[in-house]
Amino acid sequence: MSSTPSSKPLHHQSVRELTTALHTRQISAVELAQHFLQRSQQHRHLGSFVAQDEAVTLTQAQAADARIADGTARPLDGLPLAHKDIFVTQDFPSTAASKMLAGYRSPFNATVVQKLADAGVVTLGKVSCDEFAMGSANENTAIAPLGFDAPAPVRNPWNTAHVPGGSSGGSAAAIAAGLAPAATGTDTGGSIRQPAAFCGITGIKPTYGRVSRHGMIAFASSLDQAGPMARTAEDCALLLTHMVGADPDRDSTSLERSAEDYSQNLNQGIEGLRIGIPKEFFGDGLADDVRHNVEAALKEYEKLGATLVPISLPLTELSIPVYYIIAPAEASSNLSRFDGVKFGFRAREYADLQDMYLKTRSEGFGEEVQRRIMIGTYVLSHGYYDAYYLKALKLRRLIANDFQNAFRECDLIAGPVAPTTAWQIGDDQRDPLTNYLADIFTLPASLAGLPGMSLPAGFGANGLPVGLQLIGNYFAEARLLNAAHRFQQATDFHQHVAKGF
Amino acid sequence: MTAPQLIHGYEVVIGFETHAQLATHSKIFSRAPLGFGAEPNTQTSALDCALPGTLPVMNRQAVEHAIRLGLALGSHIAPRSIFARKNYFYPDLPKGYQISQFEIPVVQGGEVGFYLGDEKKTVRLVRAHLEEDAGKSIHDQFPTESGIDLNRAGTPLLEIVTEPDIRSTEEAVAYAKELHKIVTWIGICDGNMQEGNFRCDANVSVRKPGQPLGTRREIKNLNSFRNMQIAIDFEIRWQIEQIEDGHAIQQATVLFNPDTGETRAMRTKEDSADYRYFPDPDLPPLVIAPEWVAQVQADMPELPRHMAERFVSDYGLPEYDATTLTQSREMGAYFEEAAKACGQPKLASNWIMGEISRRLNHEEIGIGAAPVQPASLAALIGRIHDGTISNNAAKQVFETLWTGEGHEVDAIIEAKGLKQMNDTGALEKIIDEVIAANPANVEQYRAGKEKAFNALVGQVMKASKGKANPQQVNAVLKERLG
Amino acid sequence: MALTLEDISRIAHLARLELSPSDSEKMLSQINGFFGIVEKMEAIDTDGVEPLFHPVSAIEDITLRLRDDIASEPSNRSGNMQNAPAAEEGLFLVPKVIE
Repeated sequence: MSSTPSSKPLHHQSVRELTTALHTRQISAVELAQHFLQRSQQHRHLGSFVAQDEAVTLTQAQAADARIADGTARPLDGLPLAHKDIFVTQDFPSTAASKMLAGYRSPFNATVVQKLADAGVVTLGKVSCDEFAMGSANENTAIAPLGFDAPAPVRNPWNTAHVPGGSSGGSAAAIAAGLAPAATGTDTGGSIRQPAAFCGITGIKPTYGRVSRHGMIAFASSLDQAGPMARTAEDCALLLTHMVGADPDRDSTSLERSAEDYSQNLNQGIEGLRIGIPKEFFGDGLADDVRHNVEAALKEYEKLGATLVPISLPLTELSIPVYYIIAPAEASSNLSRFDGVKFGFRAREYADLQDMYLKTRSEGFGEEVQRRIMIGTYVLSHGYYDAYYLKALKLRRLIANDFQNAFRECDLIAGPVAPTTAWQIGDDQRDPLTNYLADIFTLPASLAGLPGMSLPAGFGANGLPVGLQLIGNYFAEARLLNAAHRFQQATDFHQHVAKGF
Repeated sequence: MTAPQLIHGYEVVIGFETHAQLATHSKIFSRAPLGFGAEPNTQTSALDCALPGTLPVMNRQAVEHAIRLGLALGSHIAPRSIFARKNYFYPDLPKGYQISQFEIPVVQGGEVGFYLGDEKKTVRLVRAHLEEDAGKSIHDQFPTESGIDLNRAGTPLLEIVTEPDIRSTEEAVAYAKELHKIVTWIGICDGNMQEGNFRCDANVSVRKPGQPLGTRREIKNLNSFRNMQIAIDFEIRWQIEQIEDGHAIQQATVLFNPDTGETRAMRTKEDSADYRYFPDPDLPPLVIAPEWVAQVQADMPELPRHMAERFVSDYGLPEYDATTLTQSREMGAYFEEAAKACGQPKLASNWIMGEISRRLNHEEIGIGAAPVQPASLAALIGRIHDGTISNNAAKQVFETLWTGEGHEVDAIIEAKGLKQMNDTGALEKIIDEVIAANPANVEQYRAGKEKAFNALVGQVMKASKGKANPQQVNAVLKERLG
Repeated sequence: MALTLEDISRIAHLARLELSPSDSEKMLSQINGFFGIVEKMEAIDTDGVEPLFHPVSAIEDITLRLRDDIASEPSNRSGNMQNAPAAEEGLFLVPKVIE
């Protein structure tokens, strides 16, 4: 869209439009911050924000205005942004939506939080998520959102009886409702892509290792990856540019890679782009309305000059057990530090040390978290390591190899993000296994560590958004964003606004 | 291989696990400083407290120290090794897991060779792996609670594991002393056992000769070589008594109590059987390029055993002297400098092993702190050798040098008038007077009484105020008395 | 092969979780439900396949970065201990540990 002063209300403008308005002094960072703080006040019922501090936010905004005024503006100066509560922050509590960390104050900022602050963003607060990022509906949360006196699920702005997806549900809902123009998210098995799809926004999970994990409260170390969520691919490109980079002092898994300006090639044509269509992503499990919208989106790509190439990712279905062995195994160990000794929750009553551990951990962790700790502990335990954990890691290699084979025939891979649109909150038809199975389309890229994104591709039978997933080869974020941006220039799904927002 | 020595018909089998604290400035995975005895939790980073969001970053120096040990012991340096998580809950283990190496350690194989009396012994190594230390639990400061101090958490350790090659307490202690000598010699560990710098755990079992290995008990907390001796001896006796009384030995970890001199089984750590080891997903494989190993090899110091061999071949020292003088790098260097300067290696060796060692022990200081420099010792030895002063006079000069009253050997000899009388005329004069003054002794000597001769020598020395050269006195006297 | 309640209590103890009998039953059926799909992994032959840890090592060798040995972390005891449930005299406190 154009960068000339927009007639749209501030909360419907893109990051690109807002940063332009800020740098051309058409609006001040303080005004903008106040506008969004007031928006989130007004829409507390969504349960997206879990922490805000007007004083902190306005101080940051004033600093941004000062820099803009004296000509030392930073690229994102004054841009309001919400952080998923999985990132630790010095200025706000950091809880991972767990009773374990209620009120926890980190003595340091996550690298991503610091990098964005250095780029000039103004923090609107912390947004809800599934406990320790374990969930796909944002129903597993033990922290009361602002305006609530008990823990409550985040609601989908398109239909507040439905879930926003997860685990980055608070981020997705806040953007879709215009409570924040952008937010950070984390994706371990689809936690950026699936809520982006469910809420009709755009989000990208970069290549594993492209963004520092320092300061992300760890779920699964070999899978966790942070990324931006916003309305458009163009916005994600602007943000991602300031999030990536090796973190040699703080994260040994972050990768040395030269800086990249993801906005640069957004407008390149995509004529001749080969888009691989994995047949396994279009099987019986796929709901008709999702299939219809995704296929329509693929046709749109053909109109833009791309060619569709049928491919196969034969192990797609196995990615579910493989993921749900590897992720819980790593999580079971990562969550051992929550023992009531150094920080966080400690049970009120206990007989002795062992009892303190037991009571603290069983009272402090939610049901889904305990379930995954159990699975992870089991697959690592004596006699099962080879059969489960090691086997899963070998299959992970085969899954990654399948992608490399596929990328010999195509430049990108496209398909649905999730089998259905957002389901109803508290749907008791859904047991844990059902939810695991619903991750089928996002898990393969996660296991392979490939960049993947979700962009709005229409609306399902119930009027809820449908997302299109694009998967790129390692470090092909620029190409993904370029393809997504071209699609968004030809379509307007990303500009639809949920009724009442 | 000599026949195993038996105790009440039992053969002793001992293996060692030694935790050597690596001499680094910062911790193994964090930038927090190391240091003994600091205020609790003042030497901890967010990572050492396992705060959410923290991730480990490996210290290069710790790896280099591991390479040095591997080179010193002729081990294989793994070109690729893996860090793993050892999962268990304990209050002084902040993450709920210890980062260690499990399947693929950085140092593999190798051996420690040493002399037990004059018998050459060799203990094979299984491995040496890098790992982080835990914090400390303080049990006596609060009535109903334990205090946790994480200053020590994350201290880099090298755990050095041997095969069960050791067959006696003496051999065990000799092995530990040799390993201690090597790690301090190559500068990877300060070796202060009291501060837990060099912690030895001994796995002890006994068996009838030819029988399979007996059940072992691991003795922890051996914080001095003396305690090691007492603890292992006690454990061996205890095990043999148990078996003789018809009790089977239960595998256990036992603590040595320095006060009672006894070992006592610890409450076995729960589910220690299932540590759920798995490669740490926060740490990619540790890769050590051949170039790095070569470079470390290039600046390795000469090892004690090589230096000792050289002392024997180059300076003609007895094996015993050579071994004693290579107890530390400083002593070896001190000897070599003095020997070169005076050209009298054996004399230098005698002085260092005798007078100097005596004073060092007495003042409890290392040779590095000795007030007498090798050059001065060499000058002193030179003056003894060229007959300028007697051994007794030399002791006085040395005393003066040591106390710092004097600094230059010849100046001291001059000032104290310690020069030996080498003027034959003057000596003959004194001798004639002595002979004239002591006819009785002369008679007795001529009658074959050696004693009488010594009496005359004594008289001469007395008359010369100790400046006469004893050898010379003997010669002239004999000649005069015909 | 299905887990038993004994497995559940053993694992729960390893993980330091305390499950009520009803929780254990529930956990048992859910975990066994999950392992139903896990067994499908056996169908694929993975002999000789290298496990994949850091995913990007699928295309390039990822090795450990080493840092210089510098103690540059400023001491921040108050910050690092500010969330401690129980602390005194600079120590974290826990119920007495019996050796």
